[in-house]
Amino acid sequence: MKRIVILLCVLALTGCKEQKNEPAFALASIEKVKPLKIIETNAKTIPVYNFNSLEKLLKPQEDKIYVVNFWATWCKPCVEELPNFEKAYKQYKKEGVEVILVSLDFPNKVNEILIPFINKKNLISNVILLDDPKQNRWIPKVDENWSGAIPATIIISENKRSFYEKSFTFIELEKEIKDFVNN
Amino acid sequence: MKLLKLLLLVAVLVAGSAFSPPEKFKDGYKIGDKATDFQLKNVDGNMVSLSDYEDVKGYLVIFTCNSCPYANAYEDRIIALHEKYNEKGVPVIAINPNNPEIQPKDSYGNMQQRAKEKGYGFPYLIDEGQKIFPVYGAQRTPHCFLLEKTSDGNVVKYIGAIDDNYQDADAVETTYVEDAIDAMLQGEEITIKNTKAIGCSIKV
Repeated sequence: MKRIVILLCVLALTGCKEQKNEPAFALASIEKVKPLKIIETNAKTIPVYNFNSLEKLLKPQEDKIYVVNFWATWCKPCVEELPNFEKAYKQYKKEGVEVILVSLDFPNKVNEILIPFINKKNLISNVILLDDPKQNRWIPKVDENWSGAIPATIIISENKRSFYEKSFTFIELEKEIKDFVNN
Repeated sequence: MKLLKLLLLVAVLVAGSAFSPPEKFKDGYKIGDKATDFQLKNVDGNMVSLSDYEDVKGYLVIFTCNSCPYANAYEDRIIALHEKYNEKGVPVIAINPNNPEIQPKDSYGNMQQRAKEKGYGFPYLIDEGQKIFPVYGAQRTPHCFLLEKTSDGNVVKYIGAIDDNYQDADAVETTYVEDAIDAMLQGEEITIKNTKAIGCSIKV
């Protein structure tokens, strides 16, 4: 009986491990830029960055289109538009599109709010936590016209960069992504 | 029949304009602009205008609300700002710009409750019809506008965040609003006049 229990435990553990390995972070340069720390959830691994590191991560790359959405669980319109980003990721991944959801959740609320949220929604897009309180320094680096209100999105390709301080419907988002894919 | 069609068209147009959200004034006020006065309902039921204040040197107008975690993170600091600067002639005037139909936590009743619980020493006004925030150009909560009262109107002196660390009041390095008020009261040039911060979008 003991043996079976141990065997079951081992199976369960390896099972978990495999599950965690699968939704690996899709950013090409993820290994080069060291996160401040890493948060583990049942659904996925969330690296935590300050803006300096995030900026390095989002350097334009050949054959990649980054759709970077600034959001937070406390932001109602952000949560409402998340499914549109997930759908876009599913449909355009094969075209080199990477969706990166940059959470601006309060770092002290990660365990209480962000992790349960991610587990519940089972997000497929990459999720990063941006922990950098010096907002006046980094907001203008994302875009000089950004007021700091979220949701906000940037789309970056090798030769194009667009910023949007607005909510997206799927149709609107798809139109923008298509513009990038066809360029 | 033609008249009916015309009437219908007019009705549609009127309805359309009545329900479309107020235009986002990307521009809003800039430093040096003269800010408009207003007459908005306070949580105590009275109407409040800037001109009600006679012996003041300026106003710290803060667009804030109940529902936004950033506004909550700054709430105690807003209360402290009023305590510190009201007696120096720069009271806080808080305005909730959100549409309570979109965000029920920001209803007038909930504003009254919040102000009472926390013992706000300053007015907490509701921007009924959302007419004032677009004129100022408030884009998020909390969003501060420091005004200097002059013989020629209320001049915008600073726009932006309260300080440079929303997470931890003890880890703040630059107190933007305090620095701006101190400089204004001493008749000196304000060093940092505009700052940006993450905040909740205004619910229209």
